[in-house]
This record gives sequence, C-alpha cells and structure tokens, in this order.
Amino acid sequence: MAKEISPSVRCIKPLQYTALAVRAKQITQELAQGVQKPYSELIQLIWGDPQNAGIQPLTFVRQVLAACLYPQLLNNDGLPADVRQRAQGLLEECKGGSLGSYTDLPGIPQVARQISEFITRRDEGVPSDPRNILISPGSQWALQNILSLLVHGGERAGRSGVLTPVPGHCTSIMSLVSVGGVSVPYQLSEEQGWQLRLEELNRALDAAKQVCRPVALYIINPGNPSGHVQSRESIQDVIRFASENRLFLLADEVYQDTIYTESKRFLSYKRVLAEMGPPFSDTVELASFHSASKGLLGECGFRAGYVELVNIDPAVKKHIYTIFSKDNAPTPGQIALSVMASPPVTGEASYDFYREETQQLHSLIKENVRRVHEVLNSLPGVCSQPVEGGAFAFPRLYLPPKAIDKAKELGLEPDTFYCLRLLETAGVFVSPGCEYEQKDGTYHIRFCIMAKRDTVEDLLTRLATFQTQFMNKFS
Amino acid sequence: MYCGQVQPIQFRKCLKAWHWREYEQVKYQVRAAVDGDNSRNCSSPRIDSSPLCSGRKEDAEMSQQHAVNGVLPKGKVLTLETMNPHVKKVEYAVRGPIVQRAVQLEKELREGVKKPFTEVIRANIGDAHAMGQKPITFLRQVLALCAYPPLLEDNKFPEDAKERARRILGACGGQSLGAYSASPGIECIRQDVSRYIEKRDGGIPSNPDNIYLSTGASDAIVTILKLLICGEGHSRTGVMISIPQYPLYSAALAELGAVQINYYLDEDKCWSLDLKELKRAVTEAREHCHPRVLCIINPGNPTGQVQSRECIEEVIRFAKEEKLFLMADEVYQDNVYAEGCKFHSFKKVLFEMGPEYSSTVEMASFHSTSKCYMGECGFRGGYMEVLNMDPDVKTQLTKLVSVRLCPPVPGQALLDMVVNPPRPEEPSYNTFIKERTAVLAALAEKARMTEDMFNTIPGITCNPVQGAMYTFPRVSLPQKAIDKAKEEGCVPDMYYCMRLLEEEGICLVPGSGFGQRDGTYHFRMTILPPAEKLKIVLQKIKDYHLRFTKEFS
Repeated sequence: MAKEISPSVRCIKPLQYTALAVRAKQITQELAQGVQKPYSELIQLIWGDPQNAGIQPLTFVRQVLAACLYPQLLNNDGLPADVRQRAQGLLEECKGGSLGSYTDLPGIPQVARQISEFITRRDEGVPSDPRNILISPGSQWALQNILSLLVHGGERAGRSGVLTPVPGHCTSIMSLVSVGGVSVPYQLSEEQGWQLRLEELNRALDAAKQVCRPVALYIINPGNPSGHVQSRESIQDVIRFASENRLFLLADEVYQDTIYTESKRFLSYKRVLAEMGPPFSDTVELASFHSASKGLLGECGFRAGYVELVNIDPAVKKHIYTIFSKDNAPTPGQIALSVMASPPVTGEASYDFYREETQQLHSLIKENVRRVHEVLNSLPGVCSQPVEGGAFAFPRLYLPPKAIDKAKELGLEPDTFYCLRLLETAGVFVSPGCEYEQKDGTYHIRFCIMAKRDTVEDLLTRLATFQTQFMNKFS
Repeated sequence: MYCGQVQPIQFRKCLKAWHWREYEQVKYQVRAAVDGDNSRNCSSPRIDSSPLCSGRKEDAEMSQQHAVNGVLPKGKVLTLETMNPHVKKVEYAVRGPIVQRAVQLEKELREGVKKPFTEVIRANIGDAHAMGQKPITFLRQVLALCAYPPLLEDNKFPEDAKERARRILGACGGQSLGAYSASPGIECIRQDVSRYIEKRDGGIPSNPDNIYLSTGASDAIVTILKLLICGEGHSRTGVMISIPQYPLYSAALAELGAVQINYYLDEDKCWSLDLKELKRAVTEAREHCHPRVLCIINPGNPTGQVQSRECIEEVIRFAKEEKLFLMADEVYQDNVYAEGCKFHSFKKVLFEMGPEYSSTVEMASFHSTSKCYMGECGFRGGYMEVLNMDPDVKTQLTKLVSVRLCPPVPGQALLDMVVNPPRPEEPSYNTFIKERTAVLAALAEKARMTEDMFNTIPGITCNPVQGAMYTFPRVSLPQKAIDKAKEEGCVPDMYYCMRLLEEEGICLVPGSGFGQRDGTYHFRMTILPPAEKLKIVLQKIKDYHLRFTKEFS
C-alpha cells in the first residue's frame, strides 16, 4: 500500500483532541454500561459549539428554515406570518424555488444583499457591495480559499508565511499548513489581557524573514481562545503595520456579536480602515470573515460563512471567484446567514420573541462569563484574564513541577496531561492550551462559555474540586 | 467579441483562445511535471497582447500600473504576479464564462432588455431542482422536522417521518442539526451508509470506519487528491483522468499542481473505456511523472456511458498492475436508463475478483445526494468509502478532513434518508416510491428523446445516454465557422455555444471545457428540463444548428 502522501498534509499538526476524544468516547460507553464513576455524565465544552452544550437554537431561524425546506408549511397558520413571508421571499430567489438547487456566486442573491446591508449598518455607514461578498461552506473554508491564493511554493525562505496569533485558532493554522504555508507566530500579551503589541508584531516579522516570505497577517478579533477585544487604536496600529510591511490582512471576526464587557465594543477592521482614510483606506487589502456558526446564532452544523473582500486587485478577484465557484455553500446555512444579517424588526410578528430569546441568551452568557471569571480566579494555581468577548475561557494553569515531570514521563504535553486527568477523574472534557500554541513554559485550558447555566456551574464545581486535588497530589 | 463580453475568467480563456491550437495541444496532452516557469509564462499578461481580448489588455495594464504607480513597492500584495500560479490555471467550465454570460442575460431580461427569447434555459449544470424537479416529500418532511422539532407535535406529518427525525436528532450533538458533528460525520449515519453499501453490493461487507461523509462528493474527491499528490519534478504525482472529464478534476489538479494524465474515451464505441488507451497514457506519462491515481466516472459525466462489468474488471487489473489508487466517482449510480445497462460498483467487482484484488487495490468510491432521484444539490451531502488504505495514510486522511470541521449536518441527515429510505410497511413508502419512480422514468424518457432528436440533425451525432444526466453530442463545425471563431478569439465550440446562448437563450457548456480529441467539437447538455420544455430546447438547438451551418457554408 502506498505510504507516500502530500508533505503539506503530513505537516499538519495532529490535534491533542484526537487522543482525548478516544478516551472521552470510551468513558461515555463505560457510563452507559453502568461502570461506576465519580460522575454520571461527561461535560463536553471543548468546541465553540453552543447547541452541543444545550443552548437552544433561535426559533425564528429554525421556523424560516423549516418553511423553506418543506414549502407546504408556507400555508401553515402554526407559523408566524413573517416567518412564512420570509421563507417565501428566500425561496423565490432560489432556482426552481427550491433549497435543493445550486446557488450562483456569491450565494442566494437576497442573502448576499442582506449581508452587505448588515455590514453597512454595523459599520455605521461604511458602504459594502454584495459583489465583494462570497458565501462559503463556513468561514474556515473561505479562509482556506483565500490562503490558497496567497500562499505558494518555493523552498525554505521562498515559502509564503502568515503571521498568526499565539494563542490562536488551531483550525486556521491547520488550514494554512494544509495549503503549504508557514505559520509565523506572534505572541499576545497575557499579562495585559491578551493585548496585541506592535513591538511583538515587528519582532515576529523580522524573525520570519529568515525562514519565509511573509505575505499576510491573520488576526482574530474578538480573540479565540484569548477572549480579548481589540481597541480602535490597536486595530489602527495593525493596519499601519500591514500597510508598511505590505501584508494582506486576514481578519477573523466570527465572534463579532458576542462581547460581554460594557467598556468594549466591536469595531470591524473594515470600518477602522475606511475611517483612517487614504492612503490606508484605498490600499490595504483585507479579507474579513464571519460565520453563522458563532455569535448568538450558533448554527455550527449548517456550515455557512462568508468573506468580504476590500481593496482586492480586480484581476485577482476573478480567480478568487473561480476558486469559490467550485464550492457551493449549503443552502440551509445560507438561510441561517440571512436571519443573522437581517433579524426580525419592530412591527414584525416574530420581533418580540426574537428579541427576548437573544437577550436572554446574551444575559445567560454574560452571567456565565462572570461566574467563570470569579471561580477560576479563586482557584489555587489558576489565573484567568477577563473574557471580553468570544466563546471561550482560556485560564492559565500554574502546574507544579512534579506534574510537569509526570507528564513528560508519560510523553504528554503538561496541559494535555492535565486535561486527560480532568477527563478521567472529573468527567470534564476541555482542551489543552498547547492545542492553540502558547508561550513556552505556560499552560492553559480552553473551554466554551456558551452553555446552559447549570452545565457551566457543574463544570466549575468539578473543576474546582479537581484542581485542589491535583495541586495537592503534585505539590 | 463574445469573449469580450464575458466577465470573470475571460482573460485566460481569451489568451488560450488566441493560442487556441497550442491550447488544445497543451491541455489535452500530458502536461510536463510541475510546469512551474513554463506555465507561468503561459498565463503571464506580459506575453503578446491580443487586440481582440479587451479583458486581457485590461489585466496587463492593471498589472503594469502597479509597477509604475508604486513610488515604492506600494502596490497590492496579492496580484496576478504574486498569487499562487497553480490557482491561476484553475478553470471550472460548468460555471465558466458562458454561465456568467447567462447570468448577465437573465439580469438584462429582468430589466426589460429585448432579446430574441424570454427566458434563459440553463442546461449547463446537473441541477435538477433548478429545472423544476420537485423534491421528494419524505426527505423534506424529515428535514423540516429536524430543523424545527416542535413540528414533531404536528399531526400532519407521517409517523415514519417523525420517527426518522427523532433518530437523526438523537444522534446529533445537543439533539440539534446546529451542533458540529465528528469530522468524518455522524457515527450512526456512517453505519447506515455502510449497511446501504452492503445491501447494494449483495452482502459484501462494508466497515463504517471506512466511510467519510463529505460536503458533496466534490469535497471528498478534492480531499483524496490533496492527500495523495506529492513529489517534485519527475516524481510529481500524475493523476489519470478521462477525456472528456468532469472539470472538477482538471480544476483540482491544476490547483494542487498535479500532473494531469489524459486517457481518451472511445466516442465511436459509445464512449467506452479502452484498456489499450489506459496503457498508452500511463506509459507515456511515466516519462515525466509518477502516475499514482486513476479516476473513473461511472456512469460517465459528461458521456452518459455506463461501464460493463468486464470493463471494470479490466480497469481493476490495470490499477493493480500499475499500482494506481482508484478513485471511482459513482454519483450517478442510480441514474441508469438504457436497456441492458446495469450499474456495477467498483467495490463489488473488486471483491468478486477475489482476495488477490480485494485486499490490495486501494480505492475510494464517491457518492452524493445531489444526483439520482433526489437532485438535492443545495444540501451538499455526500460520502466516500475508502478501501485498502494504509493505516498511517488513513490517520492522515482523518486529520485532513478535520480541517473542514465537519460536513453540513442537514446534508448528512438527508444522506441518511437516501441510504435508509421508507420501508414497505411504513406509511410514507407508497408516496416515496411513486415519486422516485416518476423522476427516474421521466429522466429515462428524456434521455431517449434527446438522443433521438440529436441524431436527426445533420452535423450532430449523439451516443446513447445510457445513464447520468447529460448528453455530449458531437457537432461538426464548418471550416468557416472555425476560422470565424479564431478571429473572434474563441475556441470553436465556445463560439458555437455562446452564439446559441445569445440567439436562443440556451446555456450549454462547450466540449472544450471537458476535453475532447483535437479537431472534434462537442457540447454538454443536461437532460433535466421538463419533457415539454426539453422538446422545445431540442427544436431550438436544431434550428440554430441548421442556421449556423448555413451561415458558414
């Protein structure tokens, strides 16, 4: 059998998750078979996946989708009038009036228009053109497509590099490596609440030039897993840096709707760029990504996202279109994007309920964030920066040297060892910081804070007990 | 002129058209391994600018501007010069310039511009619902129930649909379609798929661990190619594809920088696959690359040919001898119409050939929810089954699919119903069978109608549409038309199809997008328009063809 495969695929770092998931699955089976454990069920908050964590989908999204899927429901009085009207309008823009047909780029025309209107509203008037939007099977897919244009071959120093945050979203790094790119890490500053510092970007870029040809800068704002939300000044610094160093900006803004700190608000790269005026606003190339998977919608399983392109060379745009035209975004996900971009408005039948649901969800997460922060920082050997936005807590663990030695003895990363023990003894499935890269000698765990109240409370209780025992055992 | 109106990828089209003879040769012969510099020259805007191709000139100017304007190197980061040269070579004919022109014409019609037709008929892509095919009730009921579970209380939905929805939801994280699934797909759906394959193949075992659900079959195909393509220079991976082929393959190979090895199907023998031709292609290719993969599309796209059992056996023996990984694109497995034709899965034949083959030949087989009787393209459901893959390579495959997180869950749910349809004792069974039979019978009827009609047109010859959803008739073009096309900067069949679109509003894909023997011209047309409309379309093509031939005779 052939063993030879693509070196880019081989270079993708395997996820720690894979090993942990094997054990998690066994534990689930053991529990089902009645094996005695100190817990009766597993808590899994490993991904930013609110519905898996028991959060209910937004009713309006699902009603519209159901009516689109099964148009007989358009005559069903059980569904609110605005739901049926919305579904009708969307179906009219699908070929043959069916979600079963392919969509032309950029996607269902109405959805692309709604997205561009949404962006214009969000950016308080900075114009957006539907022709610069491309809907894809998830934002990660769009990112990979753009990377596949930016990144190309050469040996060693000739390879394309992309500056990526540490800690950062592991799947994006995997995407980058899978297309043959080099990931150039820049450290976020944990002590300053995971801020992005310009000196660090400069350092990273200089270091990178020895080993590759840096072409782009990848930013995640609000941060994953850091939870940091960038200020306008910070974004301006990044834009100037990109401009001076001729880097293409990749702005992963999928958590733009989830901000929990009163003092912070989300500012898009596109808006800040536009407001900086020339020479920046008409030169710096930017791709901004958003998704139906994140925010309050949380429809991860639908796989729909989009990219908006700013200042892209029209000749290149043609090729971007060709690449995107190969992958039609799944239509159910496009329906979800439609609601995300254009939720019910005052006067529509579903408005009140939609507002109630989203507000409840937002307060739930806000309360989760408060509790998580409070409990984590009360634990010995744990320190959590404020979670300003996003979907995750990413507390630092100060692991005792004996625990680190033990992990090394077992051939595990220290925080993977911690996660494995946590899974085994407390039935809590979270991911280790090494999955997302972290500063050498520091250890973290990441878990999703978009979950039901009692799930989060249960996790905190189990984690607190475990942490105390763990520290005692290894001190 | 026609090319000039075409928007996005006109530049390369035109460039290639300008060198059209060269183009045909370059494209349909084995490309030199990783033709780095050579290919860059090919598509660089610096070489000779054609006055006919306004798009191309525009590009050249744009690129020059960067060099001139930039006081310092302040131009764009991402330009035609700096972008990945492999991506530059990617073309996707079924959504290419002719389709973009169709979209434009539709827009003009909506805006009230007068045209010789009132609607654009898109017979370019296998998109059944777009052509008016109605969804299968049961599939949509279950999906609606899954999407909005409070409908489970609604007594208008049949019990078996509800039961199916509960089962699918039970297998989803958080009992919701909105949660991520495992990257290879929801486990119980993978099990259902493997049971379905076992049943299809008369009991030959299928292991759910070998099943990977995907975002449509194309995602799975690209994933396998991405995994297998490696090496540099003479050891660069070569991938054998049929000519004519489905452009997904050539596009993926271009993007991944693999060497495309063409083997020609025999038009005179109903587009059948000829072993001698496979041998010729692989032997020639060994001179400059490392052939590792053989792609087969059965039933054929665009050819509509259904392979015989003997042919499949020959292909398998060939793959074993030549140590090739077999990629069997079997998305049209339920679309077989012709008397005496039957779908044989590669897996079944492989296993019936005995352990010498069944335990050694590496293979991936692909299927999709977009075709067959469902035609649910928008959901992006699909799967692949991999066989005899090295365990280490399989680990790498599992890692690679995790980069996409997971296939769309609504598509996975849909796939589950396709592999696990209503049973005879269930309330939805009768309606389901009725709807399915009607779709397939109509397709069979349209396949016949298309073949018959085309064969009455002087200058068009058409092989029987044994399966799939397309016809790929051969068109003889008068020399004057060929000259005219060259003058216009178009490949001849593109010129033919573009004129047809402009004059009759019918959107077809020229044969050059799929590949064809030098000097032959074809187009691909789907047989999907409703019978009444198809009749009109065929008549219009006939009239057009006669007119066209007369004009250039």
